[in-house]
Amino acid sequence: MIRFTPLQRLLHWLMAIGILAMLFIGVGMVSTVMPKYLTLVSIHKPLGIAILVLALIRLAVRLRYRAPALPADLPQPMKLAAYLSHYALYALMIAMPLLGWGMLSAAAYPVVLFGVVHLPSILPQSDSLHTLLWNAHYYLAFAFFALILMHVAAALFHAFVRRDGVFEAMAPVPSHEEVTPAE
Amino acid sequence: MLEPHRSPLGSLTLIAIVIAAGAAAFAYTAGWFSPERLTPTRLVAALAPPTGPALGHRRNHAKGICFTGVFEANGAGAELSKAQVFARGQYPALGRFNLGTPNPDAADATVRIRGFGIRIATPDGKEWRSAMIDAPVFPVSTPPGFYELLIASGSKDPNAMKNFVAAHPEFAPFGDWAKNAPWTDSYAEDRFNSLNSFVFVDNAGAEHVVRWSLLPAAQPVSISPDDLAKRGPDFLEQDIAQRVASAPQRWTMAVTVANPGDPIADPSKAWPTDRRTVEVGTLIVQKIEAEQDGPCREINFDPTVLPTGIQVSDDPFPAARSAAYMKSYDLRTAEAKDYPRTATSTKP
Repeated sequence: MIRFTPLQRLLHWLMAIGILAMLFIGVGMVSTVMPKYLTLVSIHKPLGIAILVLALIRLAVRLRYRAPALPADLPQPMKLAAYLSHYALYALMIAMPLLGWGMLSAAAYPVVLFGVVHLPSILPQSDSLHTLLWNAHYYLAFAFFALILMHVAAALFHAFVRRDGVFEAMAPVPSHEEVTPAE
Repeated sequence: MLEPHRSPLGSLTLIAIVIAAGAAAFAYTAGWFSPERLTPTRLVAALAPPTGPALGHRRNHAKGICFTGVFEANGAGAELSKAQVFARGQYPALGRFNLGTPNPDAADATVRIRGFGIRIATPDGKEWRSAMIDAPVFPVSTPPGFYELLIASGSKDPNAMKNFVAAHPEFAPFGDWAKNAPWTDSYAEDRFNSLNSFVFVDNAGAEHVVRWSLLPAAQPVSISPDDLAKRGPDFLEQDIAQRVASAPQRWTMAVTVANPGDPIADPSKAWPTDRRTVEVGTLIVQKIEAEQDGPCREINFDPTVLPTGIQVSDDPFPAARSAAYMKSYDLRTAEAKDYPRTATSTKP
């Protein structure tokens, strides 16, 4: 069976942790006024930029090494869902940090990563841009999480119901079936 | 391929449980199961008067007037903080005199609390934003206490404030100030205080917990609220515009250093008056700027926007203020059409 390259699997699982943490930090921080608010915000910004960088690397790696083909017997609608959801996941991984960065820029907030490390403003101050980007960042976050839940559901469906090797292609370590010849 | 005879129903159920648990954890984190959680949305909503918020305006300190000027550091602050703003020199400042009211049209004599928002920029790209008020202490010790104060003061129950004060003995010094301290007849004569404590970090990495104040150069002139009312609802803005037009107005910035054991996490408690105080420079207001179209409008005077060398302390308020100010900013920028910039403004 053809699997994703080790680099692709490493990036996938590293980013899975990062993105899930990011989404939970995001909804957590906007719903509290306690001191953890500042702690969460101070993680949210650099983690977002880290995800942006990893996503761009991952996109390049994906274009270079491609993905293993889906099983030939996968029904057409599921194939289509797989393609579309992956385009959407890549788009969100790249767009969300940019939206956040743009949103802060449009609100004239300094974009601080760590103490002395600043990012430049990428947009002029603008009420309407800020509102547009804020809304996009906020609502797409929920869409992103919903998409991840569907992605997890699909992965588990491949792993436990269809058992077609799709899950194993991205599994962090080779599974039992992979090393045992099929009977 | 030999499959164990496990029904897909079991697997599908397991998948459904995993997904449902993930969604539930997310909803819990977002506070959807915790209506009692004090969110920025609730805190900001509690600031609104019974008639609803003034759309497009800051949710508190809505009435104000913008200025530009400089902060002239004398270099004395450099021993307490490595922030460039304390190195001897002049740094551009943008700020806003304001009244502690959610009503942008409130008459001056009806508002007890006056405020001073400031943003000082330094060549290293850092900013120091601060929002101070003229009260010597804050009314409550904690953000939830502040929320309770807002609810009590907005309540129709005649006993609400009495019950609040009974439950919050820390309110007494603020209440005494609000009732008995003299009013001044000018923003230029007011002292403004950070109230919250912050941590200054010096070049050696040593930390000093401080509060700061702006001390007016102008001699305070007392005036009763009745007499202030007679001068007109917007007297303070007319007065400061006139004063600044005739001469720059000055405040000395004084930094007070806490001793070990001082109540650094509780802005309702003053520190003993003998604490070491360092005058670090002069804030000079040089020009009154347009409020509706001016440079303050787009600035959130978030007190957690700090340069390297200044950090938040154990005081819980800067975090709560940052969260609430950001909410207020998100709301008012989305409502810009309700508070239009004047037609001549072409800024996007």
